[in-house]
Amino acid sequence: MPDYSLLHEQPECFYEEFERKSEWQRQTHYCPGCGHGIVHKLLAEAIDELGIRDRVILISPVGCSVFAYYYFDVGNVQAAHGRAPAVATAVKRAHPEAIVVSYQGDGDLAAIGAAEILHCANRGENITTLFVNNAIYGMTGGQMAPTTMIGQKSTTTPGGRDVHHDGYPMKVCELLSTLEGPAYLERVSLGGIKQIMKARKAIRKALEVQMNGVGFSLVELLSPCPTVWKLEPVNARDYVADEMEKVFPLGVTCDRTGARVRCPLPPDPPPLEAIPGILGLELDETAGGKPSEGPRIDWRIRVAGFGGQGVQLLGQWLAEAGMDAGLHVSWLPSYGPEMRSGTSNCHVRLSSEEIDSPVVTKPNVLLALNEPSLEKFLDTVEPGGVVIYNGVGASGKAPRSDVRFLERPFTAIADAAGSARTLNAVMLGALREVSRALPEEAIESAMRRLVKREQWRELNRKALAAGRTQVREEELTHA
Amino acid sequence: MRQLLKGNEAIVKGALLAGCRAFYGYPITPANEIAEAAAYYFPRCGGTFLQAESEVAAINMVYGAASAGVLTMTASSGPGISLMSEGISYLAGAELPCVIADITRGGPGLGNIAPEQSDYWQVVKNGGHGSYRSLVLAPSSVQEMADLTRLAFALAARYRNPVFVMADGVIGQMMEPVRFGEPAAVPPRPQWAVDGTAETRKNLVSSIFLQPDELEAHIGKLGAKYAEASRRETRLESYRTEDAEVVLTGYGIVRRILRHVVDELRGQGIAAGLLRPITLFPFPTEEFERLARRVPLFVAVEMSTGQMVEDVRLAVSGRAEVKFYGRCGGNLPDAAGIVEFVKTRLGAMEASHA
Ligand SMILES: Cc1ncc(C[n+]2csc(CCOP(=O)(O)OP(=O)(O)O)c2C)c(N)n1
Ligand code: SF4
Repeated sequence: MPDYSLLHEQPECFYEEFERKSEWQRQTHYCPGCGHGIVHKLLAEAIDELGIRDRVILISPVGCSVFAYYYFDVGNVQAAHGRAPAVATAVKRAHPEAIVVSYQGDGDLAAIGAAEILHCANRGENITTLFVNNAIYGMTGGQMAPTTMIGQKSTTTPGGRDVHHDGYPMKVCELLSTLEGPAYLERVSLGGIKQIMKARKAIRKALEVQMNGVGFSLVELLSPCPTVWKLEPVNARDYVADEMEKVFPLGVTCDRTGARVRCPLPPDPPPLEAIPGILGLELDETAGGKPSEGPRIDWRIRVAGFGGQGVQLLGQWLAEAGMDAGLHVSWLPSYGPEMRSGTSNCHVRLSSEEIDSPVVTKPNVLLALNEPSLEKFLDTVEPGGVVIYNGVGASGKAPRSDVRFLERPFTAIADAAGSARTLNAVMLGALREVSRALPEEAIESAMRRLVKREQWRELNRKALAAGRTQVREEELTHA
Repeated sequence: MRQLLKGNEAIVKGALLAGCRAFYGYPITPANEIAEAAAYYFPRCGGTFLQAESEVAAINMVYGAASAGVLTMTASSGPGISLMSEGISYLAGAELPCVIADITRGGPGLGNIAPEQSDYWQVVKNGGHGSYRSLVLAPSSVQEMADLTRLAFALAARYRNPVFVMADGVIGQMMEPVRFGEPAAVPPRPQWAVDGTAETRKNLVSSIFLQPDELEAHIGKLGAKYAEASRRETRLESYRTEDAEVVLTGYGIVRRILRHVVDELRGQGIAAGLLRPITLFPFPTEEFERLARRVPLFVAVEMSTGQMVEDVRLAVSGRAEVKFYGRCGGNLPDAAGIVEFVKTRLGAMEASHA
């Protein structure tokens, strides 16, 4: 029989000896009276009580608690300054069954990591954050934190925090409470035994919230930093109770745990054999043709018009058809601000040779679906090139006599053939008549890939035919 | 079958076929289609897609997913890569595998969204702090976007290091026919990963080495990995270099233009060749060295004011002349301009030797 009774035992989820430390492996690196030590103990006890040690993944921040992984015998990931919520997000999504705890100081969470915590909370990530608010940057030696008290001196507010210059202490729990994502937010204090008992409960509840899968939980802990505050541990503890609690009111600022249901786990992944099908890689075994034995061609095409006229689709259709005809092909859209102006254009190359650049600066085929496009690109067309223009009356004023020019009211022709939305098909039909380099079967097979609905395929076929009747070689004028 | 696909989409399909199942990203032109295709395909393949609040968050999510043992990737362009630099340094420091696609655009600052190759320094030489390297693959076709993305995951896992697929906006935006291989199985979780299980409880992912000797040893270990990668993974394409009197070099879209230029110059009776790095790190230094013993003139062509050319100069190391031809701002170098430039340089060399 031992002649003592065990009143206190080190939590199981702490390492017996802190072997990851280089020295003093039986004591922590925290200063006497530091709140981090207390929070560590509360967390360790909660993990033990809940029996979740194997499942816990602790994310250590940058700050005095950067070495939390020295102590906790759980899975550990150390994160960059402020980024623990982002790291935790992905860890949790990789392992939904894990209990992911991100542990952060006030500089880490409320300053450099403000965006990450806000969005993590707003997404309602099913993780738990322990937020240690000691109103100062401990690790770097006492600079101002977002939570530094008004008038409080720090090495970067030597005259005390001045609201006109530095703004106000940031109230993280209240701030996050305006979001709909969090399930449970509570501010507690380490300012005395009673408060610590409440903190203990809060941490346990926050972990349970995660275990129940109902969303984001955060516990803010008002915490003493005697070293930087330059106070005796007891006085530092009293400062938390007497001063900090006034500025940062204790209590639950958000509790939606009753109203929330468990977030469903993702479905089982599909079998490996299903992946190519999901990626659309088994659609059409015939696509892609054999190398072309037809006449050698080198089409450098520019298609241009208004957004919504089917400019990009026409370009892709040409490229798909070229591919099926066994040619080298490329398609390149104009992207970015150009798209905003309501105009749209793309570059297409069909060639018997390997294509060097997909950029077409000097086209030998221009398909201009509207007047501004004709104006913009006509001058760039190579002498001897083909210009097909959706409009009338341009040939009279067009200054180029060295290109082959065809103009027609193609929109009206498309309309008459069934739908004005098949304008691009009508123009492709016309191009096909001007140059017979693209076999009809290739145009058809390309269309079947691009147009899914049989009704629209039929309309496109009609439009192609209508376009073809518009042209006879001898009809091409010289503009 | 062959499929007509945008370079950006080929990256996503290549990644999923390689076993990648976690994508974290933030929109930026001209890389948007990567995140968009990932949003569509990753969940269907049993993977995770999440749009992060910034590139800073995205790369740290990649760090989290990699810590958890998942093959993971992100994609961005210059401004976003700048923001990711800190995270990439952490990934390399903690020896975490991941793939980062950089679809490059014009800079500095907001620059523009047209294609440039001015991210070379920040990607190949490291935007982040510390003695680390990223492996960098530079595709020059949509087919290579698929193939090199697949290779990137293999390298990332083999070296436990970030691997870049760096392509200019043209390669990202253009469509070309592409053929894909068979899907690879999702690899088992590596032993070092933190899984939230009893077996992995002792695992720690961290880039901290507090003692100077420890950190020095760690950096040495990283350096040894990079040396091994240099021996084993250097990839290049050599075209008509064997009897060349002038060797052109460039990567990405420029490589395609240069092949055309080489043929053009040959047609005019000039023995030109093309040496194209496929891996920008490791850089094919040895091949440049070897050719420089015989070839008097190298011409580096880039869509920048000259970044890769510094590595060419280092490799050639004074044995031959190295000239630079570049366009930037979103302009592409044109074949005729390069042909003229090469002829002028060769002429000037002959004149000075005469
Ligand atoms: C990007 C970056 N900026 C700055 C630092 C330096 N730094 C380390 S800890 C810290 C402040 C930590 O303060 P807090 O989060 O309040 O934690 P405490 O040390 O008080 O527990 C800073 C600024 C860093 N490591 N990384
Ligand atoms: S400096 Fe402050 S926060 Fe850091 S260990 Fe010491 S008391 Fe704790």
